[in-house]
Amino acid sequence: MDSPIESAARVYPYGVNHSPEMIADLSRRAYEYRRQVLRMVYNRKTGHIGGAFSAAEYLTALYFHQLRLDPANPGWEDRDRLIFSKGHACAMLYTVLAHRGYFPVEELMTFRGFNSRLQGHPEPQKTPGIEVPAGPLGHGVAIGAGMALAARMAGSRRKIYVVLGDGEINSGVIWEGMMVAAKFQLDNLKVILDYNGVQQTGPTTRVMPTEPIVDKWASFNWHVMEIHGHNMAEVLNALDGADEIHGRPVVIIARTTKGKGVSFMENNSYWHGSPPTDEQFAAADYELKKGVEQWRI
Amino acid sequence: MADLIRKPFGEPVVMRKAYGEALLALGKSRKDVVVLSADVSNSDFSYMFETAFPDRFFNVGIAEPALVDVAVGLAKSGHVAIANTFAFLFATRAVEMVRTHLCYGDTNVKLAGAYAGLSDSFDGPTHHAITDVAILRSLPRMSIVVPSDPLAVAKLLPQVAAWKGPVYFRLCRNEVPQIYTDAYEPVMGKGITLMDGDDATIFATGVLVSRSIQAVEQLAQEGIHARLVEMHTVKPLDGEIVAKCAKETGAVVTVEEHTIIGGLGGAISEYLGEHAPVPIQRVGINDRFAETGPYADLLDKYGMSVETIITAVRNVISRK
Repeated sequence: MDSPIESAARVYPYGVNHSPEMIADLSRRAYEYRRQVLRMVYNRKTGHIGGAFSAAEYLTALYFHQLRLDPANPGWEDRDRLIFSKGHACAMLYTVLAHRGYFPVEELMTFRGFNSRLQGHPEPQKTPGIEVPAGPLGHGVAIGAGMALAARMAGSRRKIYVVLGDGEINSGVIWEGMMVAAKFQLDNLKVILDYNGVQQTGPTTRVMPTEPIVDKWASFNWHVMEIHGHNMAEVLNALDGADEIHGRPVVIIARTTKGKGVSFMENNSYWHGSPPTDEQFAAADYELKKGVEQWRI
Repeated sequence: MADLIRKPFGEPVVMRKAYGEALLALGKSRKDVVVLSADVSNSDFSYMFETAFPDRFFNVGIAEPALVDVAVGLAKSGHVAIANTFAFLFATRAVEMVRTHLCYGDTNVKLAGAYAGLSDSFDGPTHHAITDVAILRSLPRMSIVVPSDPLAVAKLLPQVAAWKGPVYFRLCRNEVPQIYTDAYEPVMGKGITLMDGDDATIFATGVLVSRSIQAVEQLAQEGIHARLVEMHTVKPLDGEIVAKCAKETGAVVTVEEHTIIGGLGGAISEYLGEHAPVPIQRVGINDRFAETGPYADLLDKYGMSVETIITAVRNVISRK
């Protein structure tokens, strides 16, 4: 099995200038990270592919450009925080963290194994770079609000990013947290809502409709941005633009596709939490390789 | 030992006011303390902290899950976060947040559970907290502290704040007698022998310590010498003193303002069953909901009268 990922992936310094080369490189790596996730879930015969694939572009943009952090010093007080609230998709987070230098890339294949540091859902005590546990859904916004309050009290410029799933926002505590963040005008809090439209047992439109999603967040007094979540340029621009909003928390609604990059996995709730067979693995990896190649310049 | 107990008890003091004052004092001594409320600060008296330190006080509205989660965010950023609401809500509505983030996530949040036991007596069983200790005690990493008088609140709260990891501080609402002299020096995790005796041991926690003292005094008049040990820390359980007293006195009664399932009585029964089996009887609420009414009357009616404690001591001695 070939492993196309370089172990020390390039980090693009924070700034608004996103060159075509940078966009292509990050887009290509998002596909490489999908291949890595596919291998991890295939290897262990357990894990969540669909939601991990929808998260590839924005997690790549965050960790290799946007977030101010130091993998050699995970506890750095003024680091930006990322709360990965849709914890089931953590195979992608682990992959990005490994390539950012938090732990060896080779360790990724221990995912969900016995005695592994890479638990089935994130655990901060075991995995460097993880801020809080996740898995039971709905915690991210309220915890992020607490972290944002603390950053403000400390006079720190650090920012708090929260990644939510769209199924996750069925949970009531999300909306409690939204009200808290708006009350305290936490403009250092940025939520990325992975709006892939599919949850465990089917499409969100059937399980629990969430539209009009822009109006909902806006009516809670958040600043709302809406983007194509697999378009790296749009992701990078939105993350930059979110820094220019003052006096209100920001939500970036990232329109994404569950299982993005593999035709038979896309928009199919079966791939929320099912591992691929040998044939499915080969077919999926073939498609993802094509995804990588389309971004080679 | 005897000089730990006032004779007679001091004038009654309102426990929630004692908590408000202790919280204010803590705020003065520790700048890293932040206080959160689910909009009941004038009930639990955390408003005293809010008035003095408005920049370190956050009212998140009537939203207990968010109360705990926002506290997690502050604690993960280096603060000692003290979340305040009614006791039953921590152990019911917000318990998933408590389990996942305080316990599994090992976060330095303190839960101040107001109006515990039957102390919100007139609001009735919807507001009583009679299963909170059992629920929270079952969670790994959680510690549970129950002060028994106003001085205990003042002396234990700074220790709760200094403890590494989550703590549930269980608080009575009402006016209770001042039990202790200034010589009372509780240490979190350690039981305290308040009264000596060899015939049986009463392990008591919370405001029922005062009733247990009365029971021991009345038993002495009929020649029964019960030992009284205060267990202000229900978890981690001081197994050493529990086993020692069980072996030395040969019979045990537990006393708590809680269901007899899973609280102090459960903890001590579990421990003694494995380490020093002796006759034991649990005094508390017998697996039922109470009702609306005056506090003292409810304690009597629902199994926590002085006479019930006395009878329990006689029973365990007869079973030796």
